[in-house]
Amino acid sequence: MAIFADSSTRVVVQGITGRDGSFHSAQMLDYGTKIVAGVTPGKGGQKFEGTIPIFDTVEEAVRQEDARASVVYVPAAFAASAICEAADSGIELIVCISEGIPVLDMLRTTRYVSDQGARLIGPNCPGMISPGQTKLGIIPGQIGEPGPIGVVSRSGTLTYEVVWALTREGLGQSSCIGIGGDPVMGTDFIDCLDAFERDGQTEAIVLIGEIGGTDEQNAARHIRQHLSKPVVGFVAGRTAPPGRRMGHAGAIISGSQGTAAEKIATFRDNGVDVAERPVDVPGIVARALNV
Amino acid sequence: MNIHEYQAKEIFRQHGIRVPPGEVAVTADEAEKIAAKLGTKVVVKAQVHAGGRGKAGGVKLAATPAEAREAASKILGMQIKGLTVGKVLVTPAEEIEHEAYVGAIVDRSSGSVVLMASPEGGIDIEEVAAKTPELIFKEHVDPRYGILPHQASRLAHKLYAGDPGRARQAADIIRKLYASMVDAGASLIEINPLITTPSGELRAIDAKMNIDDNELSRREEIAALRDIESEASAEVEARSKGLTYIKLDGNVGCCVNGAGLAMATMDLVKHYGGEPANFLDIGGSSSPEKVVTALQIIMADPAVKSILFNIFGGITRCDDVANGIVEATESIELKVPITIRLTGTNEDQAVKILEAAGFSAMTDMDEAVQKAVELARN
Repeated sequence: MAIFADSSTRVVVQGITGRDGSFHSAQMLDYGTKIVAGVTPGKGGQKFEGTIPIFDTVEEAVRQEDARASVVYVPAAFAASAICEAADSGIELIVCISEGIPVLDMLRTTRYVSDQGARLIGPNCPGMISPGQTKLGIIPGQIGEPGPIGVVSRSGTLTYEVVWALTREGLGQSSCIGIGGDPVMGTDFIDCLDAFERDGQTEAIVLIGEIGGTDEQNAARHIRQHLSKPVVGFVAGRTAPPGRRMGHAGAIISGSQGTAAEKIATFRDNGVDVAERPVDVPGIVARALNV
Repeated sequence: MNIHEYQAKEIFRQHGIRVPPGEVAVTADEAEKIAAKLGTKVVVKAQVHAGGRGKAGGVKLAATPAEAREAASKILGMQIKGLTVGKVLVTPAEEIEHEAYVGAIVDRSSGSVVLMASPEGGIDIEEVAAKTPELIFKEHVDPRYGILPHQASRLAHKLYAGDPGRARQAADIIRKLYASMVDAGASLIEINPLITTPSGELRAIDAKMNIDDNELSRREEIAALRDIESEASAEVEARSKGLTYIKLDGNVGCCVNGAGLAMATMDLVKHYGGEPANFLDIGGSSSPEKVVTALQIIMADPAVKSILFNIFGGITRCDDVANGIVEATESIELKVPITIRLTGTNEDQAVKILEAAGFSAMTDMDEAVQKAVELARN
């Protein structure tokens, strides 16, 4: 078991012929991801690496190859449209790696995706990996091992750091989800926490947050109310300076500046252990599992 | 990207929101002339990308053109939160009967634009929000439909309860404010204060707008509003090369791939008793050239006593980073010690490249940070 995607998930890559798309498709294939199709408008009929059919539209990839999940690598200017196309074509899971999509576009896109009943991870995210089974995105395959820990994070490389630390301590992972760093995203902390709670393989969860917004605080309260599995937190940006913030609207809406100190306090108030350093995460997880 | 008050007011004006006249001056002479032309008591306001201008002394009243000149000469060149004031807006001093707040922001938790209004506007609006949240009125706007007329009207009638004349004006302003936000690609837009004049007319006498950087490539006219001189030069140079750099006050120069890891690295520097000199994210898919630029920017900061590289290779290849370090140190002399931590994609090649050039590389983040902090003390 794993959350959102496993070894049976049939994947289409949107933007498979681009620089990033082709490089990471090869990496995903190496890892064992079941890529059944690629999409690049205008290149329909060609093949990727001589075997994987390329289509002009996602609809064809779904109809002919039964693709169920999509990974989006197309440039920012076309990425919101690519997400909507995937959702409209019946894709259930859309992982958008592309960064640079305007936030006002994302507000419409996330609503469109949920109206079609699809799940979006990202944008501007490293994707997800279910170690030993599949990976959708750019997370390096070699840092994870199969195991009982679920990981959810707003960051990219910091996630790798924590996953690698867990693996070195013998704590493998069920799934690791990078939800992305943009202000408006598809899947949030709470969606992942609930999925890990239901997942039979997952025994403990690591949540990696950072400064800004109130998503960590909302997650902390959700954990206390709805989760039975132990959760270990980490928050990056304790030393980030307050900055030259303009305008008051952010503070009015969230009641604070979304500082690390406030997030850490909210986690602790809700019974979530918070690691001081990334390297401390595995020890706290191990203690939580032994209880 | 932040734009200045006078630029945001121009966008308001184009959308039909009433703002007072005014012009921008870069010298005290110009400020005096503008004040003379306006022929009334004026306010001289620093145009700088920082909040709290008034409290920092960057906003001054002037009764005569000579006073405007004096005010401008004090404000121009002033430092506000580390930024030098290069421009002032000279605008008539308005008579104020009442100050309200109206703003809109992209709200991540509801996935919508939230419009906010309060009859208790002015500089203490955050305190109002914290202590008397019932005085902040909100409307969530579904981005698919935009602001609906009844929403603008509902918000306006809460803002000016029992005063239909002002409520009607406010509803119009609220609709135009939302249109300004969407047209300019802003993620935050604010009128604080929205004043009532003695004749009962509403006017925006301050304006703040934060443009979503992701909008700039498709909005040339907005991108052209960027005031490069008002930003820290190292930050501008970094951005032009695809890096994100923010100068801080410490002495350990940090170069990291990824914003989250960069913040975690700075936190570790502090944890081990050091102070980070900067935030620097070299981003993904880094070329050697990016690393050269990063190293140049860090070394240009005289406070830096020790440099720390922390790279977790994913899309970023460790060998690219190693080549960049070697290339940069061939052209510029390293005056401070450098500590390099690399792990992940092409780590082995990177270690060989670095060792051939006389550097050593570490793989453990905590050890590398401790060493860099130690070296900064010597």
